[in-house]
Amino acid sequence: MQVNALFLYTQRFDMETDAIEKIFQQKIDEEIKIEPKDWMPEKYRQTLIRQISQHAHSEIVGMLPEGGWIKYAPTLKRKAILIAKVQDEAGHGLYLYSAAETLGIDYLTMMEQLVSGKAKYSSIFNYPSLSWADMGAIGWLVDGAAILNQVMLCRTSYGPYARAMVRICKEESFHQRQGFDILYTLSQGTDEQKAMCQDAINRWWWPSLMMFGPKDEASTHSDQSMNWKIKRKSNDELRGQFVNMIAEQVKVLGMTLPDPDLKWNEEKNSYDFGEINWDEFWNVVKGNGPCNKQRIEARRKAHEGGTWVREAALAYADKKKNKSKAA
Amino acid sequence: MIKLIRKFYYGDYDSTNPGASLNTNEKLSEETSWPLWEIFVRSKQGLDHKHVGSLHAADAAMAIENARDVYTRRNEGISIWVVQSKYIHATNAEDADSLYDPANDKTYRHPTFFDLPDAVKHM
Repeated sequence: MQVNALFLYTQRFDMETDAIEKIFQQKIDEEIKIEPKDWMPEKYRQTLIRQISQHAHSEIVGMLPEGGWIKYAPTLKRKAILIAKVQDEAGHGLYLYSAAETLGIDYLTMMEQLVSGKAKYSSIFNYPSLSWADMGAIGWLVDGAAILNQVMLCRTSYGPYARAMVRICKEESFHQRQGFDILYTLSQGTDEQKAMCQDAINRWWWPSLMMFGPKDEASTHSDQSMNWKIKRKSNDELRGQFVNMIAEQVKVLGMTLPDPDLKWNEEKNSYDFGEINWDEFWNVVKGNGPCNKQRIEARRKAHEGGTWVREAALAYADKKKNKSKAA
Repeated sequence: MIKLIRKFYYGDYDSTNPGASLNTNEKLSEETSWPLWEIFVRSKQGLDHKHVGSLHAADAAMAIENARDVYTRRNEGISIWVVQSKYIHATNAEDADSLYDPANDKTYRHPTFFDLPDAVKHM
């Protein structure tokens, strides 16, 4: 028994890569989750590091468009809610950075990749938030789009990522509801407030659709990610789901979506919608969006400004340790 | 040869070499970072502490404070344990076959192994 196991074990070292990859793919196909210490193809690891860290960066950068509105919140209640929401985003960033760290990259390396502009994050956060109604539109549309993606990721093949997503999804529906609540209140208000509500929807609608990424035929990472069950639904599938959901909810607000081609398609049992401006999408991805520089700069300043705090905390911990040793 | 064994954070340290630094292709940052802690939360009296995730902190007190802010914002817990990740020893996934197999071939350890006469109602 023992000898047999040992033989099998050493034999595995001599196996060809594709044989081991086959075993790996079998596990994936059988819905067995991959855990940090399991063997995985290098490309699987790299894909996950890229995707999870981008996701984490998005949560962290996502605090910026909302953080600026905390002190202008119209009531104390709204302010408390917004603070709680922004705090959640920080927490979500942390869950995700932790999940990425299990793949062998450390937190500070990821931070450096973000502030140097090497790492990407969701393009949506490169758009400015111009009015209080934007807090509503971000919660309802941006978080609404994120939730669809995140619900899918609760079943992703990498264990720590899936567990982080479950935690995040539990908290995320509060985000979408508080956003809808802001817009709903405005939609019941004065003409000026109604106009504010519609204006925010107009500006955030198309960027929200872009959040699902390029069209399936133009998406470079999709096929492999689907095979590895990192992703379980295609970009266009999720985007369609989102349009169907929002096109109904917008009626409750008594507002419209800024798309003349938006129309219910009885045959398809879903909405048809207009073509996304892909030039704008790629332009923002490449760093030329309205706020790209500002966002990176804010993160860089926070990261560098925090260096002395991180160092001081370490020095203090060391000092305390030495003291307790001496005593 | 393919490298089958790799060291990772997250309570998955190789127990033959605990606390060793990571050895991966990623560039490690030059700044010394706060150590990593694993967080365990007891959700209510009478239940076990359960692993919920990890975070970086300079010392145990900070790890507990941050764990409270990060992992118990919505009544998830009433008690928190923190332990520095490098002190956790773990088995290797590659050993699983030999390590856990003996459990499978001793099915008599399970009560369902024994057929009872119908006359015996509850046992």
